Amino acid sequence: MDTAFTEHRTREPAGGLATIVDDFSADQRAFRNVSWGKAMMWIFLLSDTFIFGTFLIGYMAARMSTTEPWPNASEVFALEIAGRHLPLILIAIMTFVLISSSGTMAMAVNCGYRRQRRATAALLVATAILGATFVGMQAFEWTKLIGEGVRPWGNPWGAAQFGSAFFMITGFHGTHVTIGVIFLLAIARKVIRGDFDHGRPGFFTGRRGRYEAVEIMGLYWHFVDLVWVFIFAFFYLW
Amino acid sequence: MADIPLDRVAETATTEVEDLALRHPHGWVTRYVFSQDAKTIAIQYTATALAVGFVALFLSWLMRLQLGFPGTFAFIDAAAYYQIITMHGMMMIVYVLTAVLLGGFGNYLIPLMVGARDMVFPFANMLSYWFYLLAVIILLASFFAPGGPTGAGWTLYPPQAILSGTPGQESGIILMLVSLIVFIAGFTMGGLNYVVTVLQGRTRGMTLMRMPLTVWGIFTASVMALLAFPALFVACVMLLFDKLLGTSFFMPSLVELGSRLEYGGGSPILFQHLFWFFGHPEVYIVALPAFGIVSDLIATHARRNIFGYRMMVWAILAIGALSFIVWAHHMYVSGMNPWFGFFFATTTLIIAVPTAIKVYNWILTLWRGDIHLTVPMLFALGFIVTFVNGGLSGLFLGNVVVDVPLSDTMFVVAHFHMVMGIAPVLVIFGAIYHWYPKVTGRMMNDALGKLHFWVTFVGTYAIFFPMHYLGLLGVPRRYHEMGEASFFPPSAQMLNAYITIVALVVGAAQLVFLFNLLWSIRHGREAGGNPWRATSLEWQTPQTPPPHGNWGKERPTVYRWAYDYNVPGVAQDFIPQNMPPEAVALGPRLATGGVP
Repeated sequence: MDTAFTEHRTREPAGGLATIVDDFSADQRAFRNVSWGKAMMWIFLLSDTFIFGTFLIGYMAARMSTTEPWPNASEVFALEIAGRHLPLILIAIMTFVLISSSGTMAMAVNCGYRRQRRATAALLVATAILGATFVGMQAFEWTKLIGEGVRPWGNPWGAAQFGSAFFMITGFHGTHVTIGVIFLLAIARKVIRGDFDHGRPGFFTGRRGRYEAVEIMGLYWHFVDLVWVFIFAFFYLW
Repeated sequence: MADIPLDRVAETATTEVEDLALRHPHGWVTRYVFSQDAKTIAIQYTATALAVGFVALFLSWLMRLQLGFPGTFAFIDAAAYYQIITMHGMMMIVYVLTAVLLGGFGNYLIPLMVGARDMVFPFANMLSYWFYLLAVIILLASFFAPGGPTGAGWTLYPPQAILSGTPGQESGIILMLVSLIVFIAGFTMGGLNYVVTVLQGRTRGMTLMRMPLTVWGIFTASVMALLAFPALFVACVMLLFDKLLGTSFFMPSLVELGSRLEYGGGSPILFQHLFWFFGHPEVYIVALPAFGIVSDLIATHARRNIFGYRMMVWAILAIGALSFIVWAHHMYVSGMNPWFGFFFATTTLIIAVPTAIKVYNWILTLWRGDIHLTVPMLFALGFIVTFVNGGLSGLFLGNVVVDVPLSDTMFVVAHFHMVMGIAPVLVIFGAIYHWYPKVTGRMMNDALGKLHFWVTFVGTYAIFFPMHYLGLLGVPRRYHEMGEASFFPPSAQMLNAYITIVALVVGAAQLVFLFNLLWSIRHGREAGGNPWRATSLEWQTPQTPPPHGNWGKERPTVYRWAYDYNVPGVAQDFIPQNMPPEAVALGPRLATGGVP
């Protein structure tokens, strides 16, 4: 490295904290080999974590402060299938579908870096289909609960906040999944058209596309899955 | 699976970035309206925010007229008064201060100061402004909505915010909440840009520890905003549902006008926690950019290196982190476990430590400096005293036992106006006078600037100092008239009338600033590229004002920090950050101060 750049560091290496600071604050990039797009997605996800975190904390606070009994989630979300009473069965299937979609997403990222255009696109579409299935099952669940009389302002079994928190949190998460599905399809289209092989500039941004876009998409998708795990644990299992 | 040849991030060679990556304007619309140039977006942000600021200033006039001469102005009844204070507060804090400091100065200064060509995602950056404008339009629309804007107070506390006794509950509160949600969505797109540009978009040689403190302040504030606004977002969504859908997140069982409402089981305190988890960091979202800017103004106009640069950086980061664990000091009278009060009082007072470090370092920077009392410097010095004054009354309010009797009095109004109203506004003015030559190529008029400063500075003290006294007398805030109570002397009303007259004068003095701002675009003195002989990169651009892409063919290379003023043994009294060491002329100080 050019000595001119290091004039600040001509002193003996201090070791410890000072070295960490120097490394992190180094020339041009705080995170080496992390592109702008990926850094931006990570920071957005951090911010989004605070949104979901606040939603969940708000739900827990409401649940603890309400005076009415809280409905039993495993009974509310039970289904009768072939004459058998199965608690939480739909949620279990939904969770399985969403986690599986993370698997296909990861494979899509892998194929993208191998520049396997068709396989990448196919896996992205598969991920989108699994995501859409999840949203479809959520719509079914909403329909069922609304049919049983659950409303944001009340329900037949207990605290009104049950319905409020349910529709708000699953609705906000479902919106995230839906947006993800739309973007998955958009990126699949770019992949199959060869945009990432030829570096075609984006319509809005004018930036040249790279297969890294698939990975950035994957970050978002895995995040949405991870959030669901927390919603599952705190809303359905608690 | 076999080894994967990673599609390496196309590392752009940073010293010679090809211009292709930028979207250059093709015509008037893409140049001035839907521009993707951070500098144009900055001007759009600043202009919009200043317009909102003048509306909010006008509202403060109305408020003062009512307080100073109660009953004289028939159209300001209690309901209108509440609407006025609510809109004044929310506009000033979110739509003016946050927007100018982050959207305005952030957009203009970050890319230039770190040597980038633009923000990392100009398209998202452009959207950020249009979302902001939409939020402003929604907010202003509430003035024309049935029932008028909300009068819930800027804190929007439920249950009263959405009950029928509060003015603006028909539609004003809904527009307010929707506007905030849109603002937050828009800010997120901008904030991500500011953070990633600082972390990943710097030019060669620009380590984090060589960045001007302005960038540090705006960067830390942006990170905080990305983590604090989510709480407001969630609170707004939940309150909107309480209002529109009849949920009871924040609404307990209530009797209104003799009938029991449908609400029940919610927690009003939850809203307060969510609101202040945003609200307290918001104070520092406004203050930290001001801290950073003022550090640079002082170093430049006192021709001295900033004292204790590393400590200044650490203080900014420490304040940013601590501000997330002090929020409940706004809630001492809301009902809280005493141990929480103890905890939050302790953390609040701990913040005084890094803040004091910053103040001492500013003073030590000035110490034996070659102080030029230019207009930006006057505003910077005005900031330091005002901020110290506001900070000291903060020590009163941070202690539970002192706060309880002072809570909801004019003392609180005086405190937060000094510390987060006047102090950052002084910095904004100083920064506009300082960077105006870079934006337009011309200087603002000096005499008008000094007139503006002295009237504003002296006037705000004349307004807010007596308010401390009114607060100690027990005059409550948010009352549309003081009324008669045995504990106010009759002179308290006279003091109120006096404050009103000063407020009218100070408000009118801002028109001098507005005139200066517009007049100087064409008639100001030609400034040249670096009128203040400053070291940081934005003053070293090949052209002034800088064109799209900022740097011409080659981005600058940085060799040193931003504070090499008056270096012993060097001929000129400042060394630009991008001047190679071999180009620095040694020898006795040039009489010209080293203007090349």
